[in-house]
Amino acid sequence: MADESAAGNGATPCITVRDLTMAYGSFVLMRDMTFTVNQGDVFIIMGGSGSGKSTLLRHLIGLNQPAHGSIHYEGQNFTTADPEQRLRMLRNVGVLFQGGALWSAMTLSENIGLLLEEHTDLKPVEIRQVAALKLGLVGLKGFEDYYPSEISGGMQKRAGLARAMALDPDILFFDEPSAGLDPISARRLDELILNLRDSLGITVVVVSHDLASIFAIGTHSIYLDMPSRTITASGPPKELLARTQDPTLRSFLTRGENP
Amino acid sequence: MNQVAIDRVDSDVLLIRLAGRWELRNGLASAAAVETELRRVPPPSRVAFDAQELGLWDSSLLAFLAGVSASCRERGVALDATALSTGLHNLLDLAVAVPERAGARKELSTPPYLERLGARALAVVAEGGETLSFLGSMTLASVQLVRRNARYRASDLWLLIQQCGGEALPIVTLISFLVGVILAFVGAVQLKQFGAQIYVANLVGVAMTREMGALMSAILMAGRTGASFAAELGTMKVTQELDAFTTAGFSIPEFLVLPRVMALVLMMPLLCLYADFVGILGGATIGVGMLDLSWTMYIGQTTHAVRLGDTVGGLFKSAVYGGLIAGAGCVRGLQAGSSASAVGRAATSAVVTSMVAIIVACGVFAFLFYVLGI
Repeated sequence: MADESAAGNGATPCITVRDLTMAYGSFVLMRDMTFTVNQGDVFIIMGGSGSGKSTLLRHLIGLNQPAHGSIHYEGQNFTTADPEQRLRMLRNVGVLFQGGALWSAMTLSENIGLLLEEHTDLKPVEIRQVAALKLGLVGLKGFEDYYPSEISGGMQKRAGLARAMALDPDILFFDEPSAGLDPISARRLDELILNLRDSLGITVVVVSHDLASIFAIGTHSIYLDMPSRTITASGPPKELLARTQDPTLRSFLTRGENP
Repeated sequence: MNQVAIDRVDSDVLLIRLAGRWELRNGLASAAAVETELRRVPPPSRVAFDAQELGLWDSSLLAFLAGVSASCRERGVALDATALSTGLHNLLDLAVAVPERAGARKELSTPPYLERLGARALAVVAEGGETLSFLGSMTLASVQLVRRNARYRASDLWLLIQQCGGEALPIVTLISFLVGVILAFVGAVQLKQFGAQIYVANLVGVAMTREMGALMSAILMAGRTGASFAAELGTMKVTQELDAFTTAGFSIPEFLVLPRVMALVLMMPLLCLYADFVGILGGATIGVGMLDLSWTMYIGQTTHAVRLGDTVGGLFKSAVYGGLIAGAGCVRGLQAGSSASAVGRAATSAVVTSMVAIIVACGVFAFLFYVLGI
């Protein structure tokens, strides 16, 4: 299948979503969503509470099956791929879940180590080294032997990020990264995301409704509109704020202050 | 106490005098009296307040005012709230500002009987499908295990073996000792009539090794370990730990369920054997202590009565029970919804499911062993 959207601006498409419809049983959450995430983007999925942002993310990483439409990773169809192929595609993907979702029965070092154990041939000593390095990247040096329940929510989130980066993925997904963090930690996390993107050249997909963070890091975005049940706008967040005529999006982007 | 007085000042204005302390613990004042006044002919065109003697107030006053405001709006009577303090005024505005969203109220009526019956039937079918697909994925995982391809952490397996092996010994000791004692008492009463007390040893020995050892340890483990598996996996579902495993490329049947099933299948026969011994010891305590038998006689009679086939059959059954308990615990945990009460329900239904499965299996075994003459 030829990819028509790629040719336009010379950017390489990383994830392509075509006519995606998400539904729980007969209840349609969002329909006919088509968008492209380009390599190196910080792509924001915006929308009000309950609009299906997190569900869209679950679709993108294969936890939910689309009711209709398809998702492509670098031209390969993810939706129709068999489980083996899917796993191979997901190896290039890291996910930071909303609460961190660290495996509570393992220490931070084991949380990261498990992935390395599974997907690489490193020796146990080397695995510990790499795990310590990843924890150092998110500012958790020295916390290798702590259990997730022994550290704060913000630290769990950062440890979750370290785990998401364990295998040096090409694409990182974030589900509400700033939820439950104080403003300063949230900003640090934003800086960390940008830093990773710039130094590792990865693509970042963020589900968020935190405006400060959206404007600070987003290079491209889509807006999931609840009333019309589809994407009503896409583009760089700052540009959307400047040019949009749509009252719902406008009020979302200005916290309802400037309807 | 809260006090309301309603006056018709002239034919036009209804004046509501509010006085005293308005507190929720003193009960709510009803707006019915105002409603009656509003209905009187000729109706007033305006409702006003006098709040000069109003003392402390809380939401009880607000509820009353909201009621009055609703009645006024319904009848098109103007509400003049200027006499109220600014705080009260603002709160009242806030309470009535956003109209109820159409369709926001939940339908509380129960659907008709047939509809509920149908919904239940569909739920049972769906659950059956889930259980089948669980069995299928467990079969695949077992195949991987046999081909030495299964991916799980050995340290997890050892930890689980410790949890459902060694850590269960105290409770298994207590219960099987008591079961031995009870069996001995039941037998003693009957056998003493014929002077055949020595056969208490046969009764206890055969009952423990054939049935009770396996059954009692299985019931204990269902309550102890099956419920804990369900709660653990259910919680992991709530915290998205299961999702994290899936996206990281781990198969949940292989990585989480298989070690649990293996641990229980391996440990149950050992627990059962231990329960057999302790139960026989319990019987012997009664035989020696109360029936005037000697230890040598009792033990001799037991070794005479208990056949190897009985014991091995019991051990085999206990391994099957172990698989059933672990499977039920895990499948209920994985099926759990995402709330605290759903995890609680998962633990409950894990125990119920394993009990039913154990008793059914016990019946099937009894029939099979009879037919096969074991």
